Amino acid sequence: MDKACTHEPQQLPKCLTGIQGLDEVTNGGLPKGRTALVCGSAGCGKTLLAMQFLVNGATIYDEPGVFMSFEENEKELEENVASLGIDLKELVAEKKISLDYVYFDKNEISETGEYDLDGLFVRLEYAIKTTGAKRVVLDTIEALFSGLSNESIVRAELRRLFRWLKDRGVTAIVTGEKGAGTFTRHGIEEYVSDCVILLDNLVHDQISTRRMRIIKYRGSSHGTNEYPFLIDEDGICIMPITSVGLTALAPTERISTGVERLDIMLGGKGYYNGSSILISGTAGTGKSTLAAYAADAACRRGERCLYFAFEESDHQIIRNMKSVGLDLKQWQEQGLLRFVASRPTLLGLEMHLVRMYKLVNEFKPRLVILDPISNLTASGETGEVKIMLTRLLDFLKLQGITAIFTNLSSPNQTETTELQTSSLIDTWIALRDIEMNGERNRGLYILKSRGMAHSNQIREFILSDQGIDLVDVYTGTEGILTGSARFDQEGKDAAQRLLVQQEIERKQREVDRKRAKMEAEIASLQLAFDADEEELKKLIAEEAAQLGALAKAQKDIAALRKGDK
Amino acid sequence: MSEDEMLDKETTEPEVWLLRLYIAGQTPKSVRAIANLRKICETHLENRCQIEVVDLMEHPEIGRTDQILAIPTLVRRLPEPITKIIGDLSNTERVLVGLDIIQIGGVDGNDATDPIRK
Repeated sequence: MDKACTHEPQQLPKCLTGIQGLDEVTNGGLPKGRTALVCGSAGCGKTLLAMQFLVNGATIYDEPGVFMSFEENEKELEENVASLGIDLKELVAEKKISLDYVYFDKNEISETGEYDLDGLFVRLEYAIKTTGAKRVVLDTIEALFSGLSNESIVRAELRRLFRWLKDRGVTAIVTGEKGAGTFTRHGIEEYVSDCVILLDNLVHDQISTRRMRIIKYRGSSHGTNEYPFLIDEDGICIMPITSVGLTALAPTERISTGVERLDIMLGGKGYYNGSSILISGTAGTGKSTLAAYAADAACRRGERCLYFAFEESDHQIIRNMKSVGLDLKQWQEQGLLRFVASRPTLLGLEMHLVRMYKLVNEFKPRLVILDPISNLTASGETGEVKIMLTRLLDFLKLQGITAIFTNLSSPNQTETTELQTSSLIDTWIALRDIEMNGERNRGLYILKSRGMAHSNQIREFILSDQGIDLVDVYTGTEGILTGSARFDQEGKDAAQRLLVQQEIERKQREVDRKRAKMEAEIASLQLAFDADEEELKKLIAEEAAQLGALAKAQKDIAALRKGDK
Repeated sequence: MSEDEMLDKETTEPEVWLLRLYIAGQTPKSVRAIANLRKICETHLENRCQIEVVDLMEHPEIGRTDQILAIPTLVRRLPEPITKIIGDLSNTERVLVGLDIIQIGGVDGNDATDPIRK
């Protein structure tokens, strides 16, 4: 037994399982040198968990192990884990793992008198010795109960076995089938007091979710929640999704939305890096397109983008985006853009979350798109979806990953998203259709954008093969007009302007004309005056001459009369 | 069991009974089992049997190859098919039934030998 670890009373020595997430939930693994019970109903992954514990021990932690199986033979075990890329045969050949299939059939054995299970002990001891095992798995040891009819002997021997395993200092996992009302069918949890892990397969609305819970872990703190887990090509993956709290940093760096005009609306610079963005809108308002533009912009910057599509396949998205001038295929080929398309009903919410965590950890994107989140309600209640999204956002924010959600909103409630997610969102862009004059146009506005000055204007959102264009909507006496009505109104306005222009010109001309007339009249008057003046001057001269002549005649007459004057 | 039946058996089955008893150290149970087995051989098989005692403490690897779980385990290797009896063989009648030396009848019928044996 590893006595070295007992010197540290503060910390219970632990044995890393190497199973993703399990070591975090258990704060460092299973209790070292003790026996843990993994129980659960059929097909919930007990054997796999135990096997991964052994294989990881042998390959990562240099701790060989013994797998004693009471259900499957060596060949079956090898085949079962081969799909996880584990070559059990090689590990056995290298003496890192010893497989021992304990076969017994009640029908072939008759019992008479007292016996014990020393045969099992001898085999275990031999296997531990030859491999130098530090880890032991007894897979469904309860099979002993069905194989041997003397239950009291089996119970006594099991008690002895667990004691014996402890004395050997090996870290052991025993698995047990879940019974009615008890963790195991034959109540062996009463012998295994150190650590009990329950695996479970919950089916809700026809969707199954695998879950794990640590029921007890003596001498250690541990996560108490039910943790969803995944079995995929890497084996078991547990995601300890706890609320991480509001500790995320707030980057000030800005990233482009992919639409120049939208960047301008968002304080001229676009989204905050690492923020959460909601694009909501009614059907067909271009939510996905806007999200795809952001994806394109991210890839253009050389950043990776993970696109979870819940409605369309990747081919469909690529084709559709091509029609608005986006070539997403190039990014996909360059490995910058990864699509994960699945129906929401494929998995339960928790599993979606787990899968997202896993993919985000794997792919390490800078931008994550969920298109659309409203579809997730297909696999869970609205409240559950909100909790899930909160957890996802917390997780993404903590890593500084920008998240874009699209949400299909009902026409009457544009500003209250169905999922009540608005409070989680930093930047909320609303798209709405504006129906008027027998046509439907798209409008875009920013409902909120934390931490930046943003435009309060509604812009008309035009999709064409040239891409997205945002134009000012017509705002005037007629109210807000878009589309052809806007076009029409703008035409009317132009005509109006022309009319006024012409009126001004006409009046100008009239002034000119009047002036000309006046000037002409002035000229003719002048002319008449000049003529009169001449005439009168002539008359004046004549009359003056006449006056002189008269005076001279007077004088002459006086002279003639010889007057005394 | 009548004399005729015994004769019948003897004509169809080989002369020698090969019995192997697995023990793990000289525990009281093992010692008892050995003694019981020898007694049964003498009285019921008239020493037509070969008894082989395997101590797993000395040959631990055999436990796995021969699929031994309980101790003591008695294996009838011949005549075929192979049958296993676990326990200290204190109940002679059950041992005889288990070894197929006597047919069922009179003895408790629960230990019926299974005709569909491997």
